[in-house]
Amino acid sequence: MPERPAGTLYRGREGMWSWLAHRVTGFLIFFFLLVHVLDTSLVRISPETYNSIIGSYKNPVMGLAEAGLVAAVVFHAFNGIRVILVDFWAKGPKYQRTMLWIVIGLFVVTMAGFLPRHLAHVFGGQ
Amino acid sequence: MPYRPMPELATPRAPQRGLLHRQGNADMYAWLFMRVSGVLLVVLIFGHLFVNLVSGRGIQAIDFAFVAGKWANPLWQLWDLIMLWLAMAHGTNGVRTIINDYAERPGARLGFKIVLYGSAALVVILGTLVIFTFNPCPPSSPADLLPSFCNG
Repeated sequence: MPERPAGTLYRGREGMWSWLAHRVTGFLIFFFLLVHVLDTSLVRISPETYNSIIGSYKNPVMGLAEAGLVAAVVFHAFNGIRVILVDFWAKGPKYQRTMLWIVIGLFVVTMAGFLPRHLAHVFGGQ
Repeated sequence: MPYRPMPELATPRAPQRGLLHRQGNADMYAWLFMRVSGVLLVVLIFGHLFVNLVSGRGIQAIDFAFVAGKWANPLWQLWDLIMLWLAMAHGTNGVRTIINDYAERPGARLGFKIVLYGSAALVVILGTLVIFTFNPCPPSSPADLLPSFCNG
């Protein structure tokens, strides 16, 4: 028997990593939301001001960042439904790991539908 | 990392005291709110992303006239208003949880929460005012930047 634990880092499996991903994506989405309300508020100043700022969302670097943002939202949404099922469905805790793989599958399918279209808008121009 | 034992608490189940500390069942209602608002936000935000990023010309179509065209419809005003309030409440409560988890000193917790609640209140008030005081046809703006119904 060791005298003390071999480190204090909790090494969970799917449950821990999905919890961490949920927290990180939620945190990032919240800060984008603050910026997004501020940029939309520019419609109150003038059409020219709003158009020039929103125009910066259309360059390729921001286009890729938007793809990352949508990926964060899609994961957070599907995993959030999994969390609700774990909490309220009697068999939720038993199937939490299976449900994470379903979340990942739905995430891949959704992003496969979204990415080509969004990237065509960003890189294909008008 | 050095081994740190759990702190010894004289009365571990006693309610914590201090400014901005929630009492009673408030945290249970916060937990329930995250789940109820979460389901609604999935519908509201997926709809928002589909209309703004997927349909039509996607991001390329977004400009002042696009926003004005959407908010000419009271349904989209209501959609954006509910989405703003629910998302801000959901996100603010999420960050509150993160502060409670990682900010250990009482002064730091209080400071982070004052900044969090202050900026959340400002953003909610600003966003709400923008949705309801928005003028789709500001005078002295070039007509080609405005929605087509301004010229009628």
